[in-house]
Amino acid sequence: MRALQRVGERLEQAPRVAESNRVIAGRGRPRPALALWGLLSAPLAWLLVVYVGSLALLIVSAFFSLDDFTSKPTTELTSANIVEAFTERAYLLLVARSIGVAVAATAICFALAMPTAFYIARLASRRTRRGFIVALTLPLWTGYLVKAFALRAVLEPGSEYGEGGFMKSLVGWSPGFGNVAVILTLAYLWFPYMLLPIYAGLERMPNSLLDASADLGAGSLRTFRLVMLPLLIPSIAAGSIFTFSLSLGDYITVKIVGGTAQLIGNIIERALLAPNQPLAAAFTLWPILIMVVYLTVMGRAGAFKNL
Amino acid sequence: MKRKIGALAVALLGAVALGACGGDDDGAAMLDELGEGEGAVNLVAWAGYVEDGSTDPNVDWVSDFEADTGCEVNVKIGNSSDEMVELMQSGEYDAVSASGDATLRLIAGGDVVPVNTDLIPNYADVFEGLKNKPWNSVDGKVYGVPHGRGANLLVYNTEAGAAPTSIVDMFSPDSPYAGKISVYDSPIYIADAAIYLMATQPELGITNPYALDQTQFDAAIAALETQKSVVGQYWALYTDQQAALEKGTVTLGTTWQVIVNLAKGNGAKIDSTLHSEGATGWSDTWMVSSKAKHPNCAYKWLNHIISPQANAGVAEWFGEAPSNSKSCALTADPNHCATFHADDEDYFSKVYYWTTPTAECLDGRDAECVPYSEWVNAWNKLRA
Repeated sequence: MRALQRVGERLEQAPRVAESNRVIAGRGRPRPALALWGLLSAPLAWLLVVYVGSLALLIVSAFFSLDDFTSKPTTELTSANIVEAFTERAYLLLVARSIGVAVAATAICFALAMPTAFYIARLASRRTRRGFIVALTLPLWTGYLVKAFALRAVLEPGSEYGEGGFMKSLVGWSPGFGNVAVILTLAYLWFPYMLLPIYAGLERMPNSLLDASADLGAGSLRTFRLVMLPLLIPSIAAGSIFTFSLSLGDYITVKIVGGTAQLIGNIIERALLAPNQPLAAAFTLWPILIMVVYLTVMGRAGAFKNL
Repeated sequence: MKRKIGALAVALLGAVALGACGGDDDGAAMLDELGEGEGAVNLVAWAGYVEDGSTDPNVDWVSDFEADTGCEVNVKIGNSSDEMVELMQSGEYDAVSASGDATLRLIAGGDVVPVNTDLIPNYADVFEGLKNKPWNSVDGKVYGVPHGRGANLLVYNTEAGAAPTSIVDMFSPDSPYAGKISVYDSPIYIADAAIYLMATQPELGITNPYALDQTQFDAAIAALETQKSVVGQYWALYTDQQAALEKGTVTLGTTWQVIVNLAKGNGAKIDSTLHSEGATGWSDTWMVSSKAKHPNCAYKWLNHIISPQANAGVAEWFGEAPSNSKSCALTADPNHCATFHADDEDYFSKVYYWTTPTAECLDGRDAECVPYSEWVNAWNKLRA
């Protein structure tokens, strides 16, 4: 509430600063509280109904039971779905595998984004920098499916692009369809989401700090480790939230390049189509839980400092 | 502020809970007389059941129907019976081509209504062996018109060696097709494992692949776990299997004839056969939704799809036996009905139609069987 007041005060001051705007508007200063509610009521209602409301419904429906024969949820309450989703060995392994895939995709994104961002932000001339930024964000303009199917064509073992598939004929090795292919594809899809925050962090970093470090006798590696990396942690954390959460929730990439592999998203879809809506809802508690933990850890690392 | 949010959330949940409780009425009743068409009909169907010439210009039994009745046909492909049940529960569709493992669930759930066969003239020509069956009628009430029936087939690559004859090649860890086997990704496939066990482990005493007690069910799941090591693909979308067959990444699999036709049309070197141990299959029924927005067009469609000409077309395209006895004279291949055993009840006694397993054993023995919800859970776990 106090934060809202502060925003209100700022709104109040805004017309004073932008005198010309007031002239254009042609009327006096609006009452701050009213203006604030006018500004925020629609998005707030949207958030409440669509976001909090649906999430609450989801959690409640995880406790519903299923009519065995008609496959329709009944409001009779049970904890069986939660127990099933959280204790079955097969599902625990599935969750562990899903986390592993998301972590691996995030790690690859980081390993590729770090040197790339460093080069663009610190070494490249202004002109090449602009070219690189455009080139690296350009993939965001292409559809998700287009990119996933492009990688499918690259990885596919029995494709028409050479013996054993395109990748095999090119580099002599291909993971084929499976978890490795999923990790590679996810890393490819989410790379810009890791690159941009790190780039922004590097770009913002004052040169004076690096100069000071050099003046004090630190080599470039030491400067990187002791000065740059700590300053970059919020950026890396922010980027990893994108790559990790997008990977964890993904189930379409798995369908396209996963072969027989399945991740948590696929099991949710499977339960939903079964149709076993309560069990699907119980499964969705897994990603929610994992993300809450992840966001808490990343929050501690300072991911939200620059918001 | 916080309290307000809480109150709103509670109100919201209450409203939804009320809605959920109040949604169980039977909806629309059976149609008494046929009126004018509503201009459109929304169908849920198996791939290959509703063809308007866009897949193959020669395969078209929809355009004539649209021209004659003014009912524009919109079709949503259901990839499994489970998906069809889910789609029909949405109430957005008028009619569905439901297999036996969906029909009773739809009837029990109030998602479909009885059909007035007096309004469907072509019903008179349907094979008597398909009428009033447990999967399309309840308490003497007819819930739909029979579409046709067939068996799930074994598809194989003709260049991968001698033609297979046995379901054992699908399950054996040292199958010559190991790593290139394509399996239907649906809980109902557990019945195929049961058929495999009927042939290889007769001591389990399985007589009906949909009536499995816990011991038999566990054995089927164990067979499927073993099978995992030789599976190259689990297909849920028929186009996925078609693509894999065309690329040669799978060389053996459970299939539908329509997939074989499509892949062959694109040059795949494959053929299909019925394995010797007896097979799972289907006997499908066109049913009308209890929430149909276009009931007249739905009835017109039901009458059309079992008309001699259209039924012959779909039977030949999908690779199944037609339900209309007059269709046999109209198929492009004069032997079609003989090949697919259209009126051969003896043959179909070896085909186990998809049906919904229930706790009360379907083969009538005095034992506790594993119900379908457990099949779904076991399949989910197997695939997790």
